[in-house]
Amino acid sequence: MALLPLTFLLPLAGTLVLSLWRRGPGERACALVGVTSVGLAALVTAGLAVRFVEDGAAGLTLWTWIAVDDFRPTIGLWLDGLSLTLLGVITGVGFLIHLFAAWYLSGEGGSRRFYAYMNLFVASMVLLVLGDNLLLLFLGWEGVGLCSYLLIGHYYRTAANGWAAFKAFIVTRIGDVFLALGLFLLFRELGTLDIAALTDRAAEAWTRGDPMASLAALLVLGGALGKSAQLPLHTWLADAMAGPTPVSALIHAATMVTAGVYLIARLHGLFVLAPAVLLLVGVIGGLTLLMAGFAALAQTDIKRVLAYSTMSQIGYMFLALGVGAFEAAIFHLMTHAFFKALLFLSAGAVIVNCHHEQDMRRLGGLWRRLPLPYAGFLIGGAALAALPLVSAGFYSKDEILWQALAAGRGGLLLAGLLGALLTSLYTLRLIVLTFHGEARSDAARQARPGRGLVHGLPLGVLAVLSTAVGAGITPPLAGLFPASPGADAHGGHGLLEAVAAATALAGLALGAWLWGWRRAWLGRVVARGWGARLWHWWHEAWGFDVLFEALLARPYRGLVRRLHGDAIDAGWQRLAGQAWWMHHGLSRTQNGRLRRYATAMVVGATLVLLGLTFGD
Amino acid sequence: MTLVWLILIPFLGGLLCWQAERVNEVAPRWLALAAMALELAITLALWWGGDYRLPQVEAGPAWGLEWRVPWIPRFGIEVHLALDGLSLVLIALTSLLGLLAVLCSWREIVGRVGFFHLNLLWILGGVVGVFLAIDLFLFFFFWEMMLVPMYFLIALWGHSGAPGRTRIRAAVKFFIYTQASGLLMLVAILGLVFAQHAHSGEYSFSYAVLRETPLSDGLAMWLMLGFFVAFAVKLPVVPLHGWLPDAHAQAPTAGSVDLAGILLKTAAYGMLRFALPLFPEASQAFAPVAMGLGLVGVVYGALLACGQQDIKRLIAYTSIAHMGFVLIGIYAGTQLALQGVVVMMVAHAFSAAGLFILSGQLYERLHTRDMREMGGLWGRLGSLPAFTLCFAVASLGMPGTANFVGEFMILFGSFPVAPGVVVVASAGLVLAAIYSLLLMQRVHFGAPRGEGDWADLDRREYAMMLGLVALVLLFGLYPQPLLDTTGDAMGAVQRLFAASATLPALAGEVSP
Repeated sequence: MALLPLTFLLPLAGTLVLSLWRRGPGERACALVGVTSVGLAALVTAGLAVRFVEDGAAGLTLWTWIAVDDFRPTIGLWLDGLSLTLLGVITGVGFLIHLFAAWYLSGEGGSRRFYAYMNLFVASMVLLVLGDNLLLLFLGWEGVGLCSYLLIGHYYRTAANGWAAFKAFIVTRIGDVFLALGLFLLFRELGTLDIAALTDRAAEAWTRGDPMASLAALLVLGGALGKSAQLPLHTWLADAMAGPTPVSALIHAATMVTAGVYLIARLHGLFVLAPAVLLLVGVIGGLTLLMAGFAALAQTDIKRVLAYSTMSQIGYMFLALGVGAFEAAIFHLMTHAFFKALLFLSAGAVIVNCHHEQDMRRLGGLWRRLPLPYAGFLIGGAALAALPLVSAGFYSKDEILWQALAAGRGGLLLAGLLGALLTSLYTLRLIVLTFHGEARSDAARQARPGRGLVHGLPLGVLAVLSTAVGAGITPPLAGLFPASPGADAHGGHGLLEAVAAATALAGLALGAWLWGWRRAWLGRVVARGWGARLWHWWHEAWGFDVLFEALLARPYRGLVRRLHGDAIDAGWQRLAGQAWWMHHGLSRTQNGRLRRYATAMVVGATLVLLGLTFGD
Repeated sequence: MTLVWLILIPFLGGLLCWQAERVNEVAPRWLALAAMALELAITLALWWGGDYRLPQVEAGPAWGLEWRVPWIPRFGIEVHLALDGLSLVLIALTSLLGLLAVLCSWREIVGRVGFFHLNLLWILGGVVGVFLAIDLFLFFFFWEMMLVPMYFLIALWGHSGAPGRTRIRAAVKFFIYTQASGLLMLVAILGLVFAQHAHSGEYSFSYAVLRETPLSDGLAMWLMLGFFVAFAVKLPVVPLHGWLPDAHAQAPTAGSVDLAGILLKTAAYGMLRFALPLFPEASQAFAPVAMGLGLVGVVYGALLACGQQDIKRLIAYTSIAHMGFVLIGIYAGTQLALQGVVVMMVAHAFSAAGLFILSGQLYERLHTRDMREMGGLWGRLGSLPAFTLCFAVASLGMPGTANFVGEFMILFGSFPVAPGVVVVASAGLVLAAIYSLLLMQRVHFGAPRGEGDWADLDRREYAMMLGLVALVLLFGLYPQPLLDTTGDAMGAVQRLFAASATLPALAGEVSP
């Protein structure tokens, strides 16, 4: 286990080398440093996995971070099946994405910054999943948020990108504050932040449904909602697509946004004590997957479709958590990382090959010109839509639906099924609009396929992982979580599988009919009346942005504007002003004219005499 | 004798610098640098050699080093210096920031170099005196002493901003605020001494003696308020903060570094050393109000920071917000919170000094501090924007930086005492993110205006910044040396504070 720290030290070293190398290294050198460090971390992870199979879970405490009285968080790492699964995804998929980025960014400039931030991201994410106490987890948690901010704003010369990054950071930070409050509360109640000890003490201190446990779980959930872009803190994710596409693939699809799922799974001991909050997790997941599914139907930007689909898939994971199927959630997290990374990288290939055109209305007919991205989209899309038997997504999504059924959550099951229909629809729309039909712009007509191993290898590997092969990887989660609701039950599993498969296929068929044969009719429907309104509403993702702008952002700006002159200080200034005024008033009497002085004396003396005479 | 030298070195060094201007322009700079380096070396040697984890005697604080001679025996006034973990850390901080202040003025200050360094070093000498004096008269002496050179620093070498915001005006404002509040402290000190006289028949300004003065509740409250207001102006606490943005905006870089880095810390030190231990019961009763004021500072400072156009005023308001956390931590009074206050003070000194030095460097290149004239500077100033990012991130409390350790220790420590305060203060974390990133967005991101690049940081500037970043990270990941040093000093404060909380009238949770 002595190798464990290398998983984050290597990427961190990459960041340090890149940021301290003053007289800028060339683009190739940067890419080399950036990709190698993560590649080595992936190798270390593979070694750790082998060791894990032999020895089982293990921990390593590097040093005590802070020690005051009972407050003793450590820089301590803990590797078990859960963190190993995440670690594999982070370094493995992370390596492939870094590699692809070398192709994506070539000739653009800014690669020193890019790889420094990307490596820092990997290091933070590794700390997030390896941290054995909540404060170290929080370090990783905030670290990935920062890297996300920096990378969304990678193209910093466009102010809009900066504001998108700003929004992402602030919205997730709001969630983080809830998480921080949860930490304060947990420490006050249980006296520790160590996750293992915390779980034990929580079970001793609280009974199922204890209000304090519920409050703590609720606060932690707040953090998870922000990071994982779930209702109502989801508004940042679609805008986060302003970053380079490999960033979207790594941070906003495969790893960071699933941190909330990891957090809840990691603290399952707490959430099990708060069944109402756990149910809330499921309900939020269900609502988000529907909300995002509809929104994805009405997007025109290729990356925004994928962004909403990410929200929706994480909704599935939350749904699984909510019914107590933690293993199913992590399994879906893993397969989703594979196929969503594939989809994003394929989208990145399309975008670069079409001269940074990412509006689907201006693409089309690309399947012949860009066969590799097309294949990526087909395989990734199949997994996203859970195409029966051949795709990875089918196995993980089916598991979630089955667990919902076994837990007796009919409503959540229905939401999941409806979501599956929507997923098939928007996936098909995405592929048809991008790759089929007429090429609708010069950019699309002149697309040239990308070349080279750096471009092909990541797509190829991820494509294989997105098929049933990827679903064959079983996360080593045995014994970590309480038994899933569907562990012993079998009734209706076969039927549900058939229904789920039929739903996916029906969605695909409906999509093919709508966008294949009835496209013109569909265009007319959304052009006016209710169709147009609905389209607009979904396009704006149900108007949450407008709502928050009106409720939070505008009042805040108003307050800032009203205060910016510092009203309190102005109050004191008035005091100073009065002193000046009196000074001027009195000094006017000291004008050196004897006649005035004499008059004043006479008037004064008269007044005093009058006062004395009539006063008593 | 070492303690006397700690005070004398800056004062003598200052005099030497003043005269060295006759030799040439560079001599004062090197002399000042040498003086501060010597000061830092002595402090670090003390730190290295001494054990500040002293076993606490029940009666009073145990000092690591002590030095006393009579001064005005008739009134029981002594030159009484003493050092414990808290003062040691703060003196180390003072000499380090003094070093930086000299370095960052290297090119900025061109006129009256000798006199400038005289003032600079005298401020530092005064501050060191404040941290060492435990005779209240001597404390007051040094407290007033550090104002005068600061006044000259702002008035003579400051920048004049918009009409109505001249450097003279800012200097006068600074002076009046601190002078008036210092007067209140003097009254409170005298009140305390007379109370002691009435009790024992002897005059004494000694800390140890005055701590034992029996006071009625009402009197204790009034005297405590006298101290509190003096410190509150310096910290600054919100209704009394008006001088700070003006002073910062108009002061030269070195002045801002000293102001934010150490002068503000003298106030927190004063609360920890005097206001709380001298009047534990009154402080305990006053704690909800103080924490409330801290909360107001956190929110008000952050809101105003968002509305500023002048980059130095923005940073000044962020200081107010950060000091709000310090105030909350002090009056929460748990060991964790008090230790957090120490880390927070050190962390804020680094991050604010970093940001002020960077805005000074920015001003040297762009000749403006107005953020409306900036934008898109990333990539055109070498490594300056990247360093700005580091310190902006530190000031928003990113884990891994010392600011995070400080803020979170304060919040963790205050939560059991005042959950309501902590909940609202945590919202300040979001506001901190808003103003820090707003700074980055307005200054460094966005479309570049105009063509051309400016000079990259030179070796001196780069080394200063890298050193500060390294310190921020070091104490962010391993704050233990700091915590071990101040642990017992803070423990003593905490015990006093906790003992007074057991009074029946004040028992129970303090929440707003």
